[in-house]
Amino acid sequence: MSQWYMLTLVGQDRPGIVSQLTQVLYEAGCNLGEASMIRLAGNFTTMLMVHSALPQRDLESLLKPLADRLDVRLHVDAIAGSLHDHPASDVRITVYGADRAGIVARVTSALAEAGFNILDLESTVGGNEQSPIYMMYIEGQAAQGLDELRDAVRPLADEDIDITIEAVDIMVG
Amino acid sequence: MPARDILVYPDERLKYESMEVESFDDELQEFIMDLEASRCAGPGAVGIAAPQVGRLQRIVIVDVSAMRKSVPNHGHLVLINPVIAEWEGHEIGREGCLSVPDFTGNVIRAQRIRLQAQDPHGELCEFEMQGFEARAVQHEIDHLDGLLFLDRVVSRRTDIFRRKVYKK
Repeated sequence: MSQWYMLTLVGQDRPGIVSQLTQVLYEAGCNLGEASMIRLAGNFTTMLMVHSALPQRDLESLLKPLADRLDVRLHVDAIAGSLHDHPASDVRITVYGADRAGIVARVTSALAEAGFNILDLESTVGGNEQSPIYMMYIEGQAAQGLDELRDAVRPLADEDIDITIEAVDIMVG
Repeated sequence: MPARDILVYPDERLKYESMEVESFDDELQEFIMDLEASRCAGPGAVGIAAPQVGRLQRIVIVDVSAMRKSVPNHGHLVLINPVIAEWEGHEIGREGCLSVPDFTGNVIRAQRIRLQAQDPHGELCEFEMQGFEARAVQHEIDHLDGLLFLDRVVSRRTDIFRRKVYKK
């Protein structure tokens, strides 16, 4: 019986990781689903939905030689869930400020307490070594509305963190 | 007024260019009622274009008057042979489409447009539109030219600081 796996891969970035990984999976009869792949610092990182009839152990054995050859860490988990399940975000939040420990924890704690569910979060550090800038972009669903969120993060604005909260209005046509 | 089936990608008819409407007859009026019924049958659609139900003619319906958060609008519009005569500014907004289920993406559209069209009886009309309504019209006119919003999606990553923060 086929089922979905979540494949995670982390390793030093180099050309060809995605092509070699997906070629092996394709030749083994796997089907790919949603994925998130990005270079973080010098590492290439992958979270990839893989649909396969292979038992987990066989899938792991199949990928082991590839992981060794590419010198990447690779992990497979059977997951519940399926495709065609995208809850639509109704809020987007941008955060930026001088980088320091605790920005993410403070912002996301405030948001969670106000009933916010994160569906997508991307962040990066810009600026330079002397003046790093932390930037974060979050999308998700606000169970209790935008005003609750704005109230929740207001105290953080006093700490020189810029937070913008906006509704996402989806135009369906 | 039966709702018609909505074509979904990759139905190739969504990629064809639609023809001008030349005859403003009873059959057209009936089709417009069917098209409206089809729009209302979809989940929260503020617009629909004739090719989405398989009729390759330049007919669209847009109605953003019933939004949860009210936006500038001209009410319920049936636009025949619509043409954008002028456009100004641009902004990113999130779009979805009855013909592309379970996917939304960011699209850059003109902020303001001057639109010329005919009404269901062939009378010429003109509208100045902005924001959400202008976005809906641009999305629907794209359908008449065989374009889907998929052809215009920009990366979510570009959303970072994409807004008018600069004007603070």
